[in-house]
Amino acid sequence: MAKEQHAYEEFMKGLWRENPVFVQVLGLCPLLAVTNSAINGLAMGLASFFVLLGSSILVSLLKNYIPKQVRISCFIIIIATFVTVVDYSLAAAMPVIHKELGAFIPLIVCNCLILGRMEAFASRNTLRMSIADAFGMGAGFLFALVALGGAREILGVGEFFGISLFGPNFDPWVIMILPPGGFITLGVMLLYFNWVEEKKNKLDARLAAEDGVN
Amino acid sequence: MSEDKIEQEGPEEPSPLRLIGTLAVAGLASGIIIIAIYLATFETIKENKARELRESVFRVLPNVTKMQKLLLKEGKLVVSYEEEKGEEPIYAGYDDGGKFMGYAIPSDGPGFADTISVLYGYRPADRKVIGMWILASRETPGLGDKIYKDAKFVANFDDLAIEPPIVATKKGKSKPNEIDAITGATISSVAVVKIINKGNDYWVSKLPEPGNEPAYVEPVAPASPEAVDTQAP
Repeated sequence: MAKEQHAYEEFMKGLWRENPVFVQVLGLCPLLAVTNSAINGLAMGLASFFVLLGSSILVSLLKNYIPKQVRISCFIIIIATFVTVVDYSLAAAMPVIHKELGAFIPLIVCNCLILGRMEAFASRNTLRMSIADAFGMGAGFLFALVALGGAREILGVGEFFGISLFGPNFDPWVIMILPPGGFITLGVMLLYFNWVEEKKNKLDARLAAEDGVN
Repeated sequence: MSEDKIEQEGPEEPSPLRLIGTLAVAGLASGIIIIAIYLATFETIKENKARELRESVFRVLPNVTKMQKLLLKEGKLVVSYEEEKGEEPIYAGYDDGGKFMGYAIPSDGPGFADTISVLYGYRPADRKVIGMWILASRETPGLGDKIYKDAKFVANFDDLAIEPPIVATKKGKSKPNEIDAITGATISSVAVVKIINKGNDYWVSKLPEPGNEPAYVEPVAPASPEAVDTQAP
């Protein structure tokens, strides 16, 4: 089954069509907690991306050796190991970002998106497909984090990646970098994705109807 | 677990030993990797923390280029290089010539959200606070976080008398022991003042007479290559 699918399709699926945040609505805890600036979103996204990719590769390679009765425990051990590696590396290489993200780096372990991909995809597919899937889902999560962090930083501080956009006269909407701002921004983005989906469905239905007429 | 289900799935039920073995191998491999990354990053993380502390001390004590840690032992301040459990250190800052410039005193207390950790510079010669820096806080972004983002507020602490105790005012400071509270973040501003007053209450009476401060002791080159080599197994 896996061979018929195209790796590119798997990638695009994660990035857009089945975006983990905007379509599957997964991994919201780190999403809402750290996205008060674009740089935090980027760092969190990259950390999750690395963990997802590493775990997917390992789980896909080891899938035939892991008895299914203990598979979830094994997945968690693998994920937790990668998270610890990321945690220490970040503390050593980028102490400022590490301090900002705080407890949310270790909490990547319980990001349901990552365990979900192990169970639903990496443990059932070839290495090539698992890598494509991890790239897609990781990039989709990264995209969502940066989009949310960017929107909140622009409106809440008037900056993007720390660069001032509107000059000193801009009065920032402080609410946007507070927790309610996270929910509002996420809500608006989910609205947009659902609207696009609905429009697409209507178009498909109309095309199907026209095909029927012809 | 019916029999035909096992037939469908192909491989038979694995033995408990195999399950335990798999988890043991996974745990062992994971443990080895975690220890490896811990050892690989340990020195850098320690250096990062030391550098962060040094930068904070230099920030609250102007013109200071050297510092050393002091611990209170039997009522006397002594120079210390070791990490001790439960220690309550303060830091002494010196200029290029090794002249004592002031103490950097850490203190913490409740803020609007969670504990605020403050490091402030204190010059015993004229009994003044000469700098303030927030080490850690979780104050509201955009409001309470002005206690370290607002340069004007931080500058309040550059030359501040500690007697009578420091007061935060909203009407514009007029006395040497007053600071201007931030509009919209009064609780956070007052919290910083309370934390500094608390630090002064605890420390000022315990400090030696001005002029009798511990002299700067050159560290015994812990970073030289030979010293590192001798420690290696």
